[in-house]
Amino acid sequence: MTGDMMGEASTSIISALLLSILFVMGVAIAHLRNLFAIVMLSGIYSLVCAAWYILVDAVDVGFTEAAVGAGMSTAVLLGAILLTSRNAKPERRFARLGPLAVCIAAGAMLIYATSDLPAAGDPASPANTGVGLTYLQINWADTGVPNVVTSVLASYRGFDTLGETLVVFIAGLAVVLLLGFGERSLAETLRKLKKEDKVP
Amino acid sequence: MWDIILERGSYWAIIAVMMIGLYIAFSAENLIKRLVGLSLFQTTICLFYVKLANVANATAPVLLAEDMPKDAYRGEGVAELVHVYSNPLPHVLMLTAIVVGVATLSLGLALIVRINESYGTIEADEIYASDVKVQMAEDADAARTSGEVVR
Repeated sequence: MTGDMMGEASTSIISALLLSILFVMGVAIAHLRNLFAIVMLSGIYSLVCAAWYILVDAVDVGFTEAAVGAGMSTAVLLGAILLTSRNAKPERRFARLGPLAVCIAAGAMLIYATSDLPAAGDPASPANTGVGLTYLQINWADTGVPNVVTSVLASYRGFDTLGETLVVFIAGLAVVLLLGFGERSLAETLRKLKKEDKVP
Repeated sequence: MWDIILERGSYWAIIAVMMIGLYIAFSAENLIKRLVGLSLFQTTICLFYVKLANVANATAPVLLAEDMPKDAYRGEGVAELVHVYSNPLPHVLMLTAIVVGVATLSLGLALIVRINESYGTIEADEIYASDVKVQMAEDADAARTSGEVVR
């Protein structure tokens, strides 16, 4: 029992450490004006999130966050910076006060609302005793896959995943339609025209 | 008092990080910075869900050998578990949310690139000023032409 308590205590300490790293990184992103630094920090933010997911037993989510959140979204953001600009304009003085007040108020209300939530790690909370527990109990006899997250994703909630794939497909289609490729791309056409004219 | 902090402290920390993301999304004039703030906000909401799914002294929802009996046959029904596992359902939902989040992020960035092609800037206030200028010019044009028709 003491071993369990020691484990819980060290988990809480590491969790608090990672969350404070996230907080500091968020403040740094809010202050920075160099977009390249902002994008790189958001990639590191996703990586720290992935470490935190592993800590709270969500190994599959951590894996996805490291691959998709830290890898792919950083690449997409870097591409967007390449096509637009590298620096953000300095913000107007006092323009920050309104958003700050709204965020502090919203945060205070959310923290007030946590008094109604079940305690962290409570095995008897409504969220943990419902269908999630049933999936754990029936998974092995139903599917024979040890990883319950995999079997819920692909088997019990397969249509959910199909819809997700559809959303990703539609988003990709919309990106292609917005930006275009080759002759349909405005940036590409302008670049070609500039090269042909040989503007001094 | 100490109990409350131990039970709810992680929620408070996550909410604080969440509000930073919301603040960046609200306060930034630069559209790319605004989208980074939104994606931070969204990642932190995933943190909150996963924290709710966490069970004390549990392990990741990958069955251990004792919970995978060799003689289990298909459709056996509800089995008693030897070990304690975290709740797998919010993990699955957050997997979907992360992937959809990247899809919406790239869609938003494509819109920003298109805005940059049209306006030559990605600062929200400059885009607004440009819109106002164009609208004023159009109104002046319309007033002049209608005046000519009357004359």
